[in-house]
Amino acid sequence: MKFSEKWLRDWVDPSLDTEELAHRLTMIGHEVDALEPQGLGLDGVIVGEVLDVQQHPNADRLSVCQVSTGSGDAVEVVCGAPNVRAGMKSPFAPAGTRLPNGLKLRRSKIRGILSNGMLCSAIELGLGDESDGIVELPVDAEPGQLLTECLDLPDYTFDLDLTPNRGDCFCVLGIARDVSAVTSTPMKGPAVKAVPASIDDEHPVELVHPEGCPRFAARVVRNIDISAESPIWMKERLRRSGLRSIHPVVDVTNYVMLELGQPLHAYDLGLLNGPVRPRLAKMGEKLTLLDEKEVELLPNTLVITDDSGPIGMAGIMGGLSTAVTDKTTDVFFEAAFFTPEILAGVARQYGMHTDASMRFERGVDPVNQMRAIERATELLLAISGGEAGPLIDNSVEVHLPKSASLVLRKSRLDRVLGTEIEAGQVSRILNDLGLETEPEDDGWRVKIPSFRFDIDVEDALVEEVARIYGYDEIPEATAIGETPLATATESRIDLEWVANTLVARDYQEVITYSFIDAELNTLITGEDSKLVLSNPISSEMSVMRGSVWPGLLVAASANVARQQDRVRFFEVGKTFHGSPDKPVEIVRVAGIVLGNVVDEQWGSATQAVDFFDIKSDVTTILGMTGASDEIEFVADEHLILQPGQAAKILRHGELIGFVGKLHPDIARRLDLDKGVLLFELDAEKAFAANVPVARTVSKFPTIRRDIAVVVKDEVTAADLVGAVESAAPELVRGVRIFDIYNGPGIEAGLKSVALGLILQETSRTLTDEDADTVMSAVLRKMQQDFGAELRD
Amino acid sequence: MQSLSELVKQAESEVADAPDLASLDAVRVRYLGKKGELTARLKGLSALSAEERPAAGQEINKAKKAVQDSLNSKRDSLQRESLAEKLRADAVDVSLPGRGVGRGGRHPVSRAASRIEKIFCNAGFGVRTGPEIEDDFHNFTALNIPENHPARAMHDTFYFPGGNLLRTHTSPVQIRSMVNEGVPIRIIAPGRVYRCDSDQTHTPMFHQVEGLVIDRGISFANLKAVLHQFVESYFERKAKLRFRASYFPFTEPSAEVDVEWEEGKWLEILGCGMVHPNVLRNSGIDPEEFTGYAFGMGIERLAMLRYGVNDLRTFFENDLRFLRQFN
Repeated sequence: MKFSEKWLRDWVDPSLDTEELAHRLTMIGHEVDALEPQGLGLDGVIVGEVLDVQQHPNADRLSVCQVSTGSGDAVEVVCGAPNVRAGMKSPFAPAGTRLPNGLKLRRSKIRGILSNGMLCSAIELGLGDESDGIVELPVDAEPGQLLTECLDLPDYTFDLDLTPNRGDCFCVLGIARDVSAVTSTPMKGPAVKAVPASIDDEHPVELVHPEGCPRFAARVVRNIDISAESPIWMKERLRRSGLRSIHPVVDVTNYVMLELGQPLHAYDLGLLNGPVRPRLAKMGEKLTLLDEKEVELLPNTLVITDDSGPIGMAGIMGGLSTAVTDKTTDVFFEAAFFTPEILAGVARQYGMHTDASMRFERGVDPVNQMRAIERATELLLAISGGEAGPLIDNSVEVHLPKSASLVLRKSRLDRVLGTEIEAGQVSRILNDLGLETEPEDDGWRVKIPSFRFDIDVEDALVEEVARIYGYDEIPEATAIGETPLATATESRIDLEWVANTLVARDYQEVITYSFIDAELNTLITGEDSKLVLSNPISSEMSVMRGSVWPGLLVAASANVARQQDRVRFFEVGKTFHGSPDKPVEIVRVAGIVLGNVVDEQWGSATQAVDFFDIKSDVTTILGMTGASDEIEFVADEHLILQPGQAAKILRHGELIGFVGKLHPDIARRLDLDKGVLLFELDAEKAFAANVPVARTVSKFPTIRRDIAVVVKDEVTAADLVGAVESAAPELVRGVRIFDIYNGPGIEAGLKSVALGLILQETSRTLTDEDADTVMSAVLRKMQQDFGAELRD
Repeated sequence: MQSLSELVKQAESEVADAPDLASLDAVRVRYLGKKGELTARLKGLSALSAEERPAAGQEINKAKKAVQDSLNSKRDSLQRESLAEKLRADAVDVSLPGRGVGRGGRHPVSRAASRIEKIFCNAGFGVRTGPEIEDDFHNFTALNIPENHPARAMHDTFYFPGGNLLRTHTSPVQIRSMVNEGVPIRIIAPGRVYRCDSDQTHTPMFHQVEGLVIDRGISFANLKAVLHQFVESYFERKAKLRFRASYFPFTEPSAEVDVEWEEGKWLEILGCGMVHPNVLRNSGIDPEEFTGYAFGMGIERLAMLRYGVNDLRTFFENDLRFLRQFN
């Protein structure tokens, strides 16, 4: 909401400078977004009176004017404005003046006539961006007077970021109330004079839908002067409050709305057909609005109608068919109260947001309509003349908001704020805000004024007192009280620790979007996501990801495109499954690596990452759970992984994730030509941890025995290790695979695997005979299960 | 025959000239070996009278010792030199980079979040999480955001067909935690949130931390204290805060908090307030018995201020060159 500081000071004028006033407004909840100075650089401009206007002898469109500057002789000025005429007063910039746009005026000949200055338009003065001639100043302006004095300059435009609860502050009156309370300065707001009716004309209004429109104050004004123009002071106030001057009638309604917060509408009386009825729109009805757009009305929309049908969207925008024009002589004013409920969300469904709808949605004062029309009549008669009919209050009392009261307990106030505010100060603050108080046992009964739609609980009164008292005045106090100690669980590995472990293994954490491209999601997860946003930002962000991999792949690809030849990313985040009504969210830890195992280094051979590099990262973080023996890597097929280099990861037989090499077809599609390896783990299942159980460490030495067997290619390392462990579960402490060989000496389709067994007994030293027994058992088992042969 | 002293002198001179251990040993053999010159002199003692023998023997032994000492010291020095030479050959360029896997890094937003969690956990706050696909009740209604509140406008919230939505703030975790755990409660809830907004200063996804404390006798003064302490702890410096009146449907009174960044320059960092009695009631808590405060802050905002990041969007571009700065 924008308004002129001078306008506000007409209503309340605390002894604070502009900056201090802005600060106070900000602190009480009306954040000042911007302070824009008005009328800078007008120091040399004065009021000039045009005494005489003659046609320029050498130019059709120029006039030669005699301009009085209040003292000395009149000066001769060449003027090109179409509206210049003898007797008018206008801003005059004498030769030597520098205008706000930087132009310095010189005494110069224009088509042979010496011009001693310039009569100025609004654009030239920096007072607006449109003009149809020179500015007309009020008749009572003194020639020679400084223009700034005449136009109430300098001024500031305040731009407030109002909170949605304070509909009452969308006007100078509302802001003035809060300023008055916080600065303890009495209001001096212009009293609205009742304008007596000079004619009897009325226009009928029928409140057929009082639930939505319980009040419709109305007045007819006839015979206004169609040649009248809005006075400069009004144009200036509107301009400094962010509105353009359009037409005296429209300017008056806008002016009153900015001043009193009541949106008004003016109809051309001559264009109305029969009684005015606010009612709900009917299916299929159409309406052309003031902005010349035609809308198809929905049945939840309150419309103003006459016998011709809808003539306005109630509280949002008037219709074109009855709009005031340059030819309008008879006006019908509407100042209605439309309930916030009937207007809630209505403008938005048409993609509209107007000064009126914004105010009605938040609630306008339901008892302010008569005052608004009186003010509008007063202003219009002063500008355009005319005769006013009687002011009619059409209302249905039972549907108007009831006046309410709330109890504010002193004890509650002090308890919520944590400080004690003196009772006299509390009631003074409330009263200054327009909230009447009556003392009660422990506090006050507070009458909520009709303009406040936001005070509906006792704590709202606490807030009112606190913000005017000043949040800064409330002391800080650390809360006393013990909180029960929380469990430090070991049954689950903290993902923070997992993340830091990956960081120590040279992974860079990334955060990618939770919503991704639908096609990419399908490509990688193998199914269409059912979690499709109704209103995505873009198609690349339209479905909830079913895997972290798409985000990692895109991020990796983008970095490769930026000349990064080694990328190692991980992300901890949710993936989304199920349907919009029954969504399932799973926290996952996922990683991607490409490029060399280590950064290029002078003393190490370069080696590209392969399956076993990433597998080592995975086993390391899974090993943190103390449950390595529950984990299995089983060769599997996966939609986007290369066959033969893909594994599902099982824990106790349950799937917890995948690891493998990206399929070259997919890699090519994503512009990733290097070998890319990926893993993804379900954090919930993967990082449940076992609390370590200590066993006595054996004092006896270990024996290492190696064995090399020749087996078929299909026999996996896990098969052989399993055979060892089952053949001699008590004595085997560890198994290492230290060589895999196939080549000369080994038949095709076979391979030689060399295993080192670490044997140990807890109660005695093992003998060679013990070890021999174990090795025979192991070999027997391997022969039985896999047809293994001992390699010579 | 050479005098004994001349012999010693000659031996010492040869010791001194010996270039390596082998020639040094040759010197030793020449003088002290079985057939060495000094050994021969000892053997010659038998030719002397019994009266002369002790003194002469003493002289020869003295000479032997002198030569032996000189041999020893030369040997030590030759050995030291030879080791030193070996080590010289072993020297490396210590400025060359080390070997092995390097170190990655956390994302700056995680880094900030993790510090924020630590600060509050040290004060006895627990960490809670909640679903990111929320229902209307938890995201809005329970938080006292009425049916047609501007925050519900389509331009703010991402919706799914059927009415569920992506949470627009972490505040629903307040409701879930109060309902699940009851009061007193003292928690923070960090996580991803979503707004249908994308421009220079908005990304459609960002992170918030919610804070909630409900107990008997919790006041606005407590809220002011905890946030002041938090800001000073997070920025590791004394900080001036100002609490401005504001409006959130779920708190009453509500405030926005600015920190004085430079002299006279205030930056908004978070929103907060006393939990609205309707919100307590919606969670089955009696607002007459319990009061509490809540706050919510954007983690990106705090990360930007802490690390001097000036474009929010860079957090989600995942450019390694940007991310490595926080390692």
